[in-house]
Amino acid sequence: MKTIWKNLLTLLFLMGVGIAQAAEPIKIGSFLTVTGPASFLGDPELRTLQMMVEDINAKGGVKGRKIELIHYDTGGNAREAVNFVKRLIKNDHVDLIIGGTTSGDTLAVIPDVEKEGIPFISLAAAVEITEPTKKWVFKVAPTDRMAVIRIFEDMRQRGLAKIALITGDGGFDKSGREQILKLAPQYGITLVADESYGNKDTDMTAQLTKIRATDAQAILNFGFGQAPAIVTKNIKQLGIALPLYHSHGVASKAFIDLAGAAAEGARLPAAALVVADQLPDNDPQKPVLLAYKRQYEARHGPVSTFGGHGYDSLMIAKAALERVGNPDKAKVRDEIEKTQGFVGTAGVFNMTPENHMGLGPDAFKLVEIRNGAWKIIN
Amino acid sequence: MLEQFLQFLVTGVTVGSLYALVGLGFALIYNASDVVNFAQGEFVMLGAMTAIALLGAGLPLPLAAIAATLAAILVGLLLERFAIEPAQGASVVTTIIITIGAAIFLRGVALLLWGKDFHALPSFSGDAPIRLGGATVLPQSLWVLGVTVLLVGLVRAFFNRTLLGKALLACSFNRAAAQLVGINVRVMLRLAYGLSAGLGAIAGILIAPITFSSYEAGVMLGLKGFSAAIVGGIGNPMGAVAGGVLLGLLEALGAGLISSGYKDAIAFLFVLMVLFFEPTGLFGHKAAERV
Repeated sequence: MKTIWKNLLTLLFLMGVGIAQAAEPIKIGSFLTVTGPASFLGDPELRTLQMMVEDINAKGGVKGRKIELIHYDTGGNAREAVNFVKRLIKNDHVDLIIGGTTSGDTLAVIPDVEKEGIPFISLAAAVEITEPTKKWVFKVAPTDRMAVIRIFEDMRQRGLAKIALITGDGGFDKSGREQILKLAPQYGITLVADESYGNKDTDMTAQLTKIRATDAQAILNFGFGQAPAIVTKNIKQLGIALPLYHSHGVASKAFIDLAGAAAEGARLPAAALVVADQLPDNDPQKPVLLAYKRQYEARHGPVSTFGGHGYDSLMIAKAALERVGNPDKAKVRDEIEKTQGFVGTAGVFNMTPENHMGLGPDAFKLVEIRNGAWKIIN
Repeated sequence: MLEQFLQFLVTGVTVGSLYALVGLGFALIYNASDVVNFAQGEFVMLGAMTAIALLGAGLPLPLAAIAATLAAILVGLLLERFAIEPAQGASVVTTIIITIGAAIFLRGVALLLWGKDFHALPSFSGDAPIRLGGATVLPQSLWVLGVTVLLVGLVRAFFNRTLLGKALLACSFNRAAAQLVGINVRVMLRLAYGLSAGLGAIAGILIAPITFSSYEAGVMLGLKGFSAAIVGGIGNPMGAVAGGVLLGLLEALGAGLISSGYKDAIAFLFVLMVLFFEPTGLFGHKAAERV
């Protein structure tokens, strides 16, 4: 009798421990730019992370353990980003870090991440984040190089070899311009003009007048915000009839609204999320994109590709955590590296020890603006 | 080449008249109170954003424009009554800092009301460019130019021909003396803020189809307008207009003939040179410091 009681007590005790262990959440740390100039990137990222964490927890978490999201806002300040990452690692003892809305924030924290040895998935675009490959650093956003390759491939197909380049003065514009200058020779493209403008300028006709005087066969405007819309309108004003290419930075409905009729015929690389409805039904991304879009828009309004990066990073992390079964940092890192055929919003991810991004150039769809809407070209 | 040069000139004058309109507002308040109102750019933004919002709510464009101007005037009056007036007697620097605070506040309110996105107003008379020799100009630019000329004329007549305008000027020359001859300085100040808010709003509505608008569009326009005002000699409305056009021309010619990368540097270098050699601006009063 006594032993039965003893056994029962032991069982109860063990169950209690078991419950306590199950309740111990997996801590995911994030540092994003939710305020400041890059807030339009970080805001949808954070909302997506919060929404998905809630969703995962409502469905029972990762192997019965809930996810706890610990978030800090860097305001786009790289020094703050470093402080927050230190805090996430040393005070909050997180198991994994997702974040770095901007390339600046991401690049600044890499030394600490590498030293402490914690899996880190960045949401920023710069090529340098994963090239050369760093042991603990992964990224889910396509690079500007992939966008430039997409544009150049289309130009080659149309037989456009002489290009007039016009870019803004922001970091995005500059790093895009670098890739353009580097890649142009490989595609047999000569740049006959290389003009720039301030991202808050209100008129670019002077630069475009110079471009009009060259023998350019097409204009490439690599930028984001409202400036490319002004460039587009100015081109129409000056009566320049050359094919116009933009970057993926303007792949939003807002751009079409601002540039209006002047944007007709302009081409640009865009993430699949922008044209999710138009994808063929056999496209593996289509169901993922539509599901994310529906879920996000039910709560927050129009989706953006940046929110999609939040989705991709969290889902890759979740899959890796599930495969390991516990948040062991080294094992989770190994599993993230083994991500194969993961269908995300940005494309299909195939990571390898040499490639910590895992996206191919086909992550971007080339679209043309027709009748005020996006149309997939190829 | 001549064609190109003509286009640069057209561009310069168009952009310059935007700066001139904003600069005019700076000159107005400075004339009345010796204060540089750093919320001037926000008046421009408020005019544009309110007009866009009202148009979106279904109001016809002319009505939306008038209502937006009135709304901005009201904001200008409220700003004077509840932020500037309580600090009466404070130093000019304090008042300037208050206007900076007001600018940040107005930007915040606009952010809450209209979000972070850029919005556009449709052009008043279509988007078909008009050819002028070898250059092209948008009908909207002609609107900007025309209304700028009209407003400049009105402001000039107001200061030179009307008692009210002269009374306003008197407040700036010597507040105590103005009060002694029976000018209600308080009312004059409100008038100045209301007027310059209205001017700013009109500028904002006129340029919104060309440059678009967002909650922070006023920052850059305010800076350029301020540069125009100090180049022309702050406190001289005509100087502000000349300064604006000069700045616009420099930017366009700098971008077109030298390098688009250095066009802002060229314009700012010019502003610095003017301040260095003519600290009171090109058309400023060469008056001695008031004590």
